[in-house]
Amino acid sequence: MSKFQPISTYSDAEHGYELLPFKFEPLGEGEVVLSNIVGEFVILEREKLGALVNHTLDTSDPDYSTLRAKHMLREPGEQAPLELLALKARTKFVNKANFTNLHLFVVSLRCDHSCQYCQVSRQSEDKAKFDMTEETADKALDIVFRSPNPAIKIEFQGGEPLLNWPLIKYIVEKAEERNRLERRNLQFVITTTLSLATDEMFEYCRDHGIFLSSSLDGPEDLHNKNRPRPGRDSYARFVDGLWRAREIVGYDAVSALMTTSPSSMNRVKDIIDEYVKLDFNGVFLRHLSPYGFALRTKSYHAYNAERWLEFFKEGLAYILELNKAGTVFVEHYSSILLTKMLTVRDPSFVDLSNPSGAGISAVVFNYDGDVYASDESRMLHEMGDSTFRIGNLYTNNYEEIFTNDALLTALEDSFTLSAPGCSDCAIEPWCGADPVFHHGMTGDMLGRKPESEFCKRQMGIAKHLLEVMRTDPEAKEIFMKWVGAC
Amino acid sequence: MGGRMLKLSGKVIQLSSAVMPVRRQLFLLSTNPHLPVVLRGKRAFLVRGNEVPEGFRHYLAFDSVPENLPAEAACTVIDRTFAYLAENDVIAIGSDGRIRSLYRASSPHNAVLITERCNNYCLMCSQPPKDVDDGWLMDEAMELIRMIPRHTAKIMCITGGEPTIYGEDFISLVGHFKRYLPHTSLHILSNGRRFADREFARKYAAVGHPEVMVGIPVYSSDPARHDYVVQAKGAFDETLRGILNLKEFGQRVEIRVVVHKQTCDGLPALAEFITRNLLFIDQVALMGLEMTGFTRANLDSLWIDPIEYKDKLSEAVRVLSSYRVPVSVYNHPLCLVNPDVEEAYVRSISDWKNEYALECQGCTRKHDCGGFFSSGIQHGYSQSLKPFT
Ligand code: SF4
Ligand code: SF4
Repeated sequence: MSKFQPISTYSDAEHGYELLPFKFEPLGEGEVVLSNIVGEFVILEREKLGALVNHTLDTSDPDYSTLRAKHMLREPGEQAPLELLALKARTKFVNKANFTNLHLFVVSLRCDHSCQYCQVSRQSEDKAKFDMTEETADKALDIVFRSPNPAIKIEFQGGEPLLNWPLIKYIVEKAEERNRLERRNLQFVITTTLSLATDEMFEYCRDHGIFLSSSLDGPEDLHNKNRPRPGRDSYARFVDGLWRAREIVGYDAVSALMTTSPSSMNRVKDIIDEYVKLDFNGVFLRHLSPYGFALRTKSYHAYNAERWLEFFKEGLAYILELNKAGTVFVEHYSSILLTKMLTVRDPSFVDLSNPSGAGISAVVFNYDGDVYASDESRMLHEMGDSTFRIGNLYTNNYEEIFTNDALLTALEDSFTLSAPGCSDCAIEPWCGADPVFHHGMTGDMLGRKPESEFCKRQMGIAKHLLEVMRTDPEAKEIFMKWVGAC
Repeated sequence: MGGRMLKLSGKVIQLSSAVMPVRRQLFLLSTNPHLPVVLRGKRAFLVRGNEVPEGFRHYLAFDSVPENLPAEAACTVIDRTFAYLAENDVIAIGSDGRIRSLYRASSPHNAVLITERCNNYCLMCSQPPKDVDDGWLMDEAMELIRMIPRHTAKIMCITGGEPTIYGEDFISLVGHFKRYLPHTSLHILSNGRRFADREFARKYAAVGHPEVMVGIPVYSSDPARHDYVVQAKGAFDETLRGILNLKEFGQRVEIRVVVHKQTCDGLPALAEFITRNLLFIDQVALMGLEMTGFTRANLDSLWIDPIEYKDKLSEAVRVLSSYRVPVSVYNHPLCLVNPDVEEAYVRSISDWKNEYALECQGCTRKHDCGGFFSSGIQHGYSQSLKPFT
């Protein structure tokens, strides 16, 4: 007799197995996806799920090994699965403990564009009325440096923030000065259309390590249609600004975001081609947020979640084609979900995290001193819903702002691990809480998920990504490259 | 290229009757006839030419006793298979008349075997475990460390058996290395199970060796398969917890995977498991099968031509690289891996184990190729070799 034992000896068929916590959700016809709290997943045939929960799954079944390796089940006495699950859960939530990283300064509401879908901007020459003052900025900086986060990002927003350039410089220099003692990892970003950016501004950005987040909606006709300005030259100004910024500030210092208007729906390839042509390494196929003018002009309802998903899927398919043909190009919305599906990290994207990032990971200082839990919150305020105005720099201190009842209630009520609908949803580990959206749409922090456009979108994307990974191993490897490197 | 296999142990031809060692003795060799006299008492002189200076503790000569051997001097005669011995090497001569080379100053691959005992019983173990009291190997290792000239060893490997089977004494050994040879980086080959004991892991970390790494095998993401390969139920669980403890205490850990019939299909899943659960690991080594020890007994369940798993190997390397996990592929013939593995391809594990096959003659990339374990040349290797032209 051999002194070596066969593999069957090493599974505990006799004592059975224990289930570890997981949730499941049907996928198409005969299959289900199982996911656990740390975002790992297994796709199974429906009958196998039945066998699994009835404790009749055979130890020699290949799915048994997979489920064991992904910590959906364990054999008696095994400790490592629990230790690893705990470690992964800690890793996933660790950034939350650092509290606020992103601090948005709305330095001016004025803008040279009059985009139909813009939520907040003003066509006005009245600086006194719509620009932030130095005094307000100083008070905001006091709050910024109260954040315990070792990394601090200050983002200048508008309107068009470059219209209040002197204040940007003022804030950058004040923050740098304070940081000589604070020693935080301090970053600056300006969100701008680039239409008013001068070489001097770029040189300043270069010298102070300021990043630029700009806007590109697609090919010239689409972009100019979305973004009217005197002279109808938004696109030309963007392209000119982009190349000058790359030349002066640095190639990687400038990124672009896209607004998906109803006119974008049939143009996803054109949009992506435009991004490729201008040598961006990715695109964020976002949906239009339902606030401000967007809601008032009803353009939000010009496409629903289903229509948007079609747009998204068509775009993703095209992007995968590009990658397979050798052009490395990332779709950022997918990346956010994929990071949660395929890595231990949480990307900490404010609108797609749990607990919601509003007021925790990010906070907004409006031009007039009002403090909002997120960018969407101030847009909601413009529509008359001031729930997420969590304080004012002139009347509230740090403690009052961040322990604001409305904020704490919103965070707690929307927490997806306990929210009705979400708590037993298999997509939950990859999803997020969005109390601001739901409050804006339904007057409630949660909304009813089956009716929620947010939920439809998230479910739709997640299931689509799973389907792509299941049927296309090459796509899965591309996804791993998108999310693995950092 | 790639040298013939070196014979590391053998019988001596003759021991001068003057001093017959009563126990195993270690000798630090010198080939320098001008060595200061005050140092000679500690060293053995390796006779290379006609000169046989006085005052050395021992003499080592090839083929016959030198005529001009100082009177009363102890001399051991060895054959030419030991011709590679050189300045600063350390050898052991036993009372049984065997000589073993313990340390070669010129080699980057010095391993100290401290036990043959192990709590695993791997299907492909190259050093089949023996349940014997071999504590003398530990004593010898301690003596060897004191003897190795400082700064001559860049890296050394502690191996077994399972080194941690000694418990506290193993930790003392690491401390001993740190005190005597702080400039020598250490690579410890362990199955990691002992480190599941947090206190043990903590004590190991507390040694504070400046440059030490533990190489720990993980053969599959499926615990049952890992346990089967190492023939020990519950081993996977302990090994994983050991790795977690080591990393928690800031220790460097390498994951080592021997690729064979039982592990090759699961390579991509294992790579994914590592990126998901052990992303903090310092490096991963994917190694070819050595045709020694138990492997030969289990050949049917282990042997697979590397050409058959080359796509799985590629996939595993791609997954690990995507997540920036440093990965190396060892001991695979270059002509049997896909080109996308080359970035991770390392030429060899140990210089004294490398050889090439007859088919390799004329291969234009032999100098890039890791070739085979010499055991492979003896006991079987892939029939799919395709020399580069
Ligand atoms: S919003 Fe919808 S998809 Fe997201 S966790 Fe809740 S129920 Fe699931
Ligand atoms: S043929 Fe060339 S590549 Fe193949 S094993 Fe021999 S030396 Fe290496």
